[in-house]
Amino acid sequence: MSTESTRTVIGPSANGKPGPTLTSPRPRYGERIVLALLRMAAALSVVITVGIILVVFTEAIALFGIPGVSVVDFFTDTAWRPFTDPSSDLFRIGVLPLLNSTLLITAIALAIAVPLGLATAVYLSEYARPRVRRTVKPILELLAGVPTVVLGYFALTFMTPLLRAIFGTDVVPIFNAMSAGIVVGILIVPTIASISEDSMSAVPRALREGAYGLGAARRQVALKVVFPAALSGIVAAVILGFGRAVGETLIVSLAAGNLPPRDLPALDPFQQVQTMTAYITQAVGGESSRGSVTYQSIFAVGALLFVITFLVNLVALRIVRRFREEY
Amino acid sequence: MDQRTASDQQTAFSPIRLNTSSAGSQQSSVPATEGGATDTTASRSTAPSQGSPDDVVFDVKDVSVHYGSAPALVDVTLTIQRRKITAFIGPSGCGKSTFIRCFNRTNDLIPNARVQGRIDYHHQDLYAKDVDPVEVRRRIGMVFQKPNPFPKSIYDNLTFGPKVNRMKVDYDEVVETSLRRAALWDEVKGKLKENAYSLSGGQQQRLCIARALTVDPEVILMDEPCSALDPIATSHIEDLMRELEKDYTIIIVTHNMQQAARVSDRTAFFTAEVESENDDRRFGRLVEIGDTSMIFSNPSDRRTEDYISGRFG
Amino acid sequence: MAVSAPAPPREQPDRAFRAPVGDTVREKFTQLVLLLGTLAALAVLAILLIDIVLDGVGGLSLNFLTNYTSRFPEMTGIRAGITGTLSLMVLVALFTFPLGVGAALYLEEFAQRNRWTRLLETNINNLAGVPSIVYGLLGLSVFVFFLGFGRSLLTGALTLTALVLPVVIVASREALRAVPREIRDGGLALGATPLQVAFRQTLPAAIPSIMTGMILSLSRAIGETAPILVAGAVFSRRADNEPWNVSEAYTAIPIQIFDFVKRPQEEFQVGVASAAIIVLMTILLLMNSAAIIIRNRYARKI
Repeated sequence: MSTESTRTVIGPSANGKPGPTLTSPRPRYGERIVLALLRMAAALSVVITVGIILVVFTEAIALFGIPGVSVVDFFTDTAWRPFTDPSSDLFRIGVLPLLNSTLLITAIALAIAVPLGLATAVYLSEYARPRVRRTVKPILELLAGVPTVVLGYFALTFMTPLLRAIFGTDVVPIFNAMSAGIVVGILIVPTIASISEDSMSAVPRALREGAYGLGAARRQVALKVVFPAALSGIVAAVILGFGRAVGETLIVSLAAGNLPPRDLPALDPFQQVQTMTAYITQAVGGESSRGSVTYQSIFAVGALLFVITFLVNLVALRIVRRFREEY
Repeated sequence: MDQRTASDQQTAFSPIRLNTSSAGSQQSSVPATEGGATDTTASRSTAPSQGSPDDVVFDVKDVSVHYGSAPALVDVTLTIQRRKITAFIGPSGCGKSTFIRCFNRTNDLIPNARVQGRIDYHHQDLYAKDVDPVEVRRRIGMVFQKPNPFPKSIYDNLTFGPKVNRMKVDYDEVVETSLRRAALWDEVKGKLKENAYSLSGGQQQRLCIARALTVDPEVILMDEPCSALDPIATSHIEDLMRELEKDYTIIIVTHNMQQAARVSDRTAFFTAEVESENDDRRFGRLVEIGDTSMIFSNPSDRRTEDYISGRFG
Repeated sequence: MAVSAPAPPREQPDRAFRAPVGDTVREKFTQLVLLLGTLAALAVLAILLIDIVLDGVGGLSLNFLTNYTSRFPEMTGIRAGITGTLSLMVLVALFTFPLGVGAALYLEEFAQRNRWTRLLETNINNLAGVPSIVYGLLGLSVFVFFLGFGRSLLTGALTLTALVLPVVIVASREALRAVPREIRDGGLALGATPLQVAFRQTLPAAIPSIMTGMILSLSRAIGETAPILVAGAVFSRRADNEPWNVSEAYTAIPIQIFDFVKRPQEEFQVGVASAAIIVLMTILLLMNSAAIIIRNRYARKI
């Protein structure tokens, strides 16, 4: 056919002219290299996780290799004074004061964030008009994007004076758990609100319509139908908020103080406390050499922190995945 | 009844395009679509359905396709002849799309898919261990149901194939030749740098056909190429197919049996069976294959006749 | 006497479908409470921003941006922090782009769906919940000591890279997933290898979304204090940081803010710190706006 001549212009023909055959393709070495590189990049995230776990635990374990430092003490002693030599009488390595501080602040934060976050979630999901939702949600995202150092500033220079004005300067010291706890609560409101709201939005319309059809008022539908149906997602949201509050560093470093409480359990929200994260921040400031008790203690506390937040997030993610599957 | 002549008279295709698409030989192409249609149809209906061995492009023996444990297509045996249009028709669920994907090893890309049996391409086992599927796909091109141009300019759409296959060609020439072959050149020659999405649905599909031509394939597979297009665009593509048939072997899957009757030289009819009484999943089986006019006027199998006459679909 | 007709079922038929008054009150009350709860968080944000602006706007000046830190609040500037933050941004972008996009490409286009890839995915999701300070510990032990990079700009950049890499991978995967399958099918049908299709069609089509994700991740990275604090950033320097001098000590704007707030003098604590905060938030605002603009302009060209 006449078109043969135009076809050869296009390229190697299938009719036996020179070119790659079906069984001997062009060797593609470059591709193999690129694929290997990509595979390595993907493996990197595993390396990071493994790296974190390895590092934090080997350094932490090294702490307990130092004579005078015992694991039992770490978990049961009620004073935290790791700055001296382990052989001295002043040396105490109990993490409970730090843990107590962290949990106290987290409790305050949740007390603020859970009501506010859930109220926001219910309002946005069941009451707000689409336009309101569209405006409020980005603003919540904005709040979530504020750097924590800025929130720490806010806690120390606005919240603390406010609390001192309300409750009196003899009740509220400059560094106190309450200031920090409230602002940490503000920090996690967007987390709790948005995940809860997602969970509530995922509840099928049919459920709501059934309730409205029976003559229920909006609040009854919201609180007695939608809320329970979305409960697993809401629980996950709160758990994730908890995890975030536990890991928070800047707000507590700036506003809650640097002295762990002496008498445990420390329940007074107006006292100065030092959380696990605040301790780490403080301890790295001093020029502690590697291998010293102080240096290793940073990792021991860090390991504990990692374990708590990892478990918390594992639980929360599992719940989230389960509720997503239900719908 | 001669369906081909009827549709030819509706064709609004201008003879000018036919002249430029096959440079140097206008005479033989023009009559083929006009008065000669009756003759060619008549000659095809009496010609033997098996050509000489050189005319066979694909030799399919006992091919079955499973997705995991569920069969999609079972025990298909047929041949595909060179420079003819073969149509696969049948009700939904009969596996015709699955089957056509076997010809360019696209089923390889589906994780659970298993192809059993043998498909020979010019006497070479397509699924042999040392066969490179990438080269297979260069020689056996595909046009899809929904036009899928790349989100790039028309020009870049057409140079992608030659570039990835490292063809030493003049890109401008490839672009023009393939667009002419796809009967799209006149419409887009002034806007090659524009995004392909600015074209209409029918134009996009012709662009996809042109794109398939740029790598100089021997075979073009078309999986319901007109189902997303309006009737006018559809008839343009059908005319295009008949033009392309002169140089390329075409296999087309269509759910529109009138289209098969209009366009194809040979037709294969597949049916859908159910696994068992308890299992609703359907799989496909080849019922018969033969010259199109025979299939549509005098099919051998009762099921074919039922489908053709619309008793089930 | 005629039998009287039975009394009508309700005394006031026109009120038959009205809710009892108590119910409406309860409903309105609930709505109010929920609204207040919602507004509370927003109000705090507003108060926060106003407070910062009021405290800090007076401290903003060209000198503030071009001076280094000093003992005197009125002469202090955050030049070292600005150069440090910008250098970190460049380096983190340089590291996360190939690693994050490469990982995403591999996971989306090439990896088979098996136990290992699912493990990888769960891994990446879990990493998102680790507190940022733990990454600082990683940086301290591995980059500062084990690899010997010391408390340098490189260490800081690598630490932040480890922090944001999971997020970049997730965002890039979403971007790649959004590219329609038909594009890939069309490319493969032309005899292109999966790698060619990935680099020449899928990736280019996903780039705008990937860029958006990267910019958002970068903005998160430069707002972080804890990881680089632990990994060795200093509070002040009297020198600029450049991205190519990776072995230098470094500081960053958030670190300087932390330093200012911790100082005893109120001028530092409030005035200088808030001015620095305004600079930081402006940078973040610009970056986030850029990301949103890119997303809106290029999102659906298809």
